[in-house]
Amino acid sequence: MREVNTIMQSQATYDYKVVRQFAVMTVIWGIVGMLVGVIIAAQLVWPDLLPFEWLSYGRLRPLHTNAVIFAFGGCALFATSFYVVQRTCHTSLFLPGLATFIFWGWQIVIVLAAITLPLGFTQGKEYAELEWPIDILITLIWVAYAVVFFGTIGIRKTPHIYVANWFYGAFIIAVALLHIFNSAAIPVTLTKSYSAYAGVQDAMIQWWYGHNAVGFFLTAAFLGMMYYFVPKQAERPIYSYRLSVVHFWALVFTYMWAGPHHLHYTALPDWTQSIGMVFSLILLAPSWGGMINGIMTLSGAWHKLRDDPILKFMIVSLSFYGMSTFEGPMMSIKTVNALSHYTDWTVGHVHSGALGWVAMISIGSIYYLIPRLFGKSEMFSVKLINVHFWLATLGTVLYIAALWISGVMQGLMWRATNADGTLTYSFVESVKASYPFWTIRVGGGVLFLTGMLLMAYNMYKTIASGRAVDDAPVLAPAHAH
Amino acid sequence: MDINDLRSLFTVLVFGAFIGIVAWAYSSKRKQAFDEAARLAVDDEEPAAGGGAGQQHN
Repeated sequence: MREVNTIMQSQATYDYKVVRQFAVMTVIWGIVGMLVGVIIAAQLVWPDLLPFEWLSYGRLRPLHTNAVIFAFGGCALFATSFYVVQRTCHTSLFLPGLATFIFWGWQIVIVLAAITLPLGFTQGKEYAELEWPIDILITLIWVAYAVVFFGTIGIRKTPHIYVANWFYGAFIIAVALLHIFNSAAIPVTLTKSYSAYAGVQDAMIQWWYGHNAVGFFLTAAFLGMMYYFVPKQAERPIYSYRLSVVHFWALVFTYMWAGPHHLHYTALPDWTQSIGMVFSLILLAPSWGGMINGIMTLSGAWHKLRDDPILKFMIVSLSFYGMSTFEGPMMSIKTVNALSHYTDWTVGHVHSGALGWVAMISIGSIYYLIPRLFGKSEMFSVKLINVHFWLATLGTVLYIAALWISGVMQGLMWRATNADGTLTYSFVESVKASYPFWTIRVGGGVLFLTGMLLMAYNMYKTIASGRAVDDAPVLAPAHAH
Repeated sequence: MDINDLRSLFTVLVFGAFIGIVAWAYSSKRKQAFDEAARLAVDDEEPAAGGGAGQQHN
């Protein structure tokens, strides 16, 4: 019966083209986004580095965040979600033509961002800077994404919907909701608009968006990646599928409420701040549940970590995930936030999540994908993956350690008072004291970027000797037993 | 009963739903189905390097 199924299914093949396109662009946009990051880090140390207004820190910083989150992270998510949903549903993509539109549409959005942000066109909302015409294009692409993804789940040949698809699905729905509500604006000209909300409501909607961009774009979606690629690379099923179900619902129920912790000690009502803090603290439980579930998948096979650099990327990414999801709830406590807010500590925390978790799980997954998409058994050089792993780990540790020190130092300097009540330090003294740590931060960023360049070389060599795989047969339908 | 009572009620209902999900996830009835679902990731074998349709082992 199995043979018959295999033969019957042999005509149908997986749609790998869009996965390949997004996988390659993940690496390219990763390099671009991280290069801009290194440049702005250097500008903090050497403010006159680039003498053009459109390459000034204020213009480049949103370009960096948009490029790494939506270009690098976004492409990684499109690539992996289209791969995972096909393979775990035993079917090819629903409306593959629409997937082509998603790829080219998304690249146009990225290019438009790279043009408009340096020119100074911005809505002024963090991580939602792009002006209204680009927002409309993003909405169209996102609806197409939902149609292709959920359509593929709809035509699945398996009784179950694998847990990774639940996480990807929640990410797609939540990001649609966040994008539409936070981008609501009154256009005045083609390049200028004003938010539909005013005052503290505007701030609250912005950080409801901002924190759930972290929760659903940078967490839930990458957990979907984790739930497929960690078991694949470890060659064993997830530690506890039951825990993954509870993990999913706990995360979905709590994340939406954590946003107010970005607005501690502002005009936001005190009770709203407290709700944000409490839900942020609760979030520790599902976050660590997920981390433990991923790491324990290796239980009984720890030796695989010794010589598999892809697995190293994945397990270390989960360790950083655990670390930053402990740090986050701690920083949401109002008294801790009184010290940490507006300092480098926040920036360090974000990068512990962004470099340590998001980038490293993506890098591991893309290393898994590239050989399979280009008909090779492994990457051109496994040794180079190992070098990349150590550059990335060292770069991340340098980066976050430097900003921990400068962050806590800034917080302490800003709150220090003399016996007569006057401030001990002027602001510029805290800036001056931060220079050595900002220099170390540049070093950490350069290490991480160098690793990405090695990845691009490794990818190029793998592709050059490979072939585009378009004949991977769709697996036979699975039945409930 | 004003809107705040409804809000409290909603919070309690959602919490109850979550407890229900935990009980459902850990009920022994679901064990086999979850074990099958967990295999979906690891059982989708890759074709060998450069491979075509013929090399698939199911």
